[in-house]
Amino acid sequence: MIEVGLTHFLIVSSALFSFGIYGIITRKNAVMVLMGIELILNAANINFVAFSRYLNLGLSGQVAALFVIILAAAEAAIALAIVLNIYKTFDHVNVDEIEKLKE
Amino acid sequence: MLTEFGKIFVFLLVAIIFVAVSIFIAKLIRPVRPTKEKLKTYECGENPVGTPWIKFNIRFYVVALIFLIFDVEVVLLFPWALSYKEYGFYGFLVGIIFLVILAVGMAYEWRKGDLEWARPKPNIPYLKKIIKNQTGEINQLQSEESKIE
Amino acid sequence: MNIYDIIFYLFAAITLVSGFFVVSTKNIVHAGFYLLFTLFGVAGLYVLLGADFIAIVQLLVYVGGILILLLFGVMLTNKITSVDLRSGTSYIIPAVIGVGILWGALTAVLFKTSWRSKAPSGMDPTTSEIGRLLITDYVLVFELLGILLLVALIGAASIARRDKE
Repeated sequence: MIEVGLTHFLIVSSALFSFGIYGIITRKNAVMVLMGIELILNAANINFVAFSRYLNLGLSGQVAALFVIILAAAEAAIALAIVLNIYKTFDHVNVDEIEKLKE
Repeated sequence: MLTEFGKIFVFLLVAIIFVAVSIFIAKLIRPVRPTKEKLKTYECGENPVGTPWIKFNIRFYVVALIFLIFDVEVVLLFPWALSYKEYGFYGFLVGIIFLVILAVGMAYEWRKGDLEWARPKPNIPYLKKIIKNQTGEINQLQSEESKIE
Repeated sequence: MNIYDIIFYLFAAITLVSGFFVVSTKNIVHAGFYLLFTLFGVAGLYVLLGADFIAIVQLLVYVGGILILLLFGVMLTNKITSVDLRSGTSYIIPAVIGVGILWGALTAVLFKTSWRSKAPSGMDPTTSEIGRLLITDYVLVFELLGILLLVALIGAASIARRDKE
């Protein structure tokens, strides 16, 4: 078996990315869609950190991963606040049936 | 030769194995006689009422939100605090501007009252009058709830 | 196969298996708990990649913050009486086919590309170096992140609070 290298980490991250896309496509609940987005962001982060270690780029990749994590925190805060308001207005969070911007 | 994270990993492994082995041994030697009472959800001795899947108060969300944002702030300040001294006053200023920007958010939350929990007004019962019968015993306590303004 | 490889396969398995359960389980609360294991596995992968600070940030912010917020979101958006925590699914078969093709294409690109990879550097502590980068090269991004967090704090709090008035 070959030694673990860059490709192994990239395969893990591409599989995680695919799971995230699958979750976003198939789920109807808005919170589940957010969980899919978190999976995708984590996959991107694994790529950043892996390139930072195995390519000649210094630590910039890790700084980018740090920014992605912080942006994910801000995004989750805002998105969940919007989801709570959607729940208050429509009494459900099914993204397939929310088609009005205004009551 | 273990790195620091290697020690944490070994610690994790030992913790998992310890719990798994002790639960497994307990399962081997304990008697199993379940009754309806025993299988009930444990709620400090009370009979459980309703479902545990209740809706939370939205204030918990706002508190969690404020926690998350300031958690992220602390995380960003860690690397800054480790190396700002090498850059003298400039490095110090970078972090202070960052802190001041977030202090504005803190002031906003404070002003809007998100940091305070809306406490219910207490209903303190008090004695209105005590009616005594012939033997002198206290017969009836009339209490009435009143709102303290 | 040395100990590094074994630990890598362990964490990769934790990440991918629980990631699969996140998107395949019907119960949203269960999905949240599987997401905990996925994020933990990703933190382990960061450690294996020599990114100690990022791994700790992953545990602090993702597991300690975002996941809690997501679970609050689940708890706040479901009805009190009817225990309907199941999440409907749609278009499963086209999604499986499309995602399978996507993953196949990604791995094909991965193997076809000749990465100009170097021998991995040692596992030095990275925190103070990241701090140096934050103060010099990425100082504008650092301050902008402060403004972003301010906007997120004020915006999310005022959106979530709107029912009071």
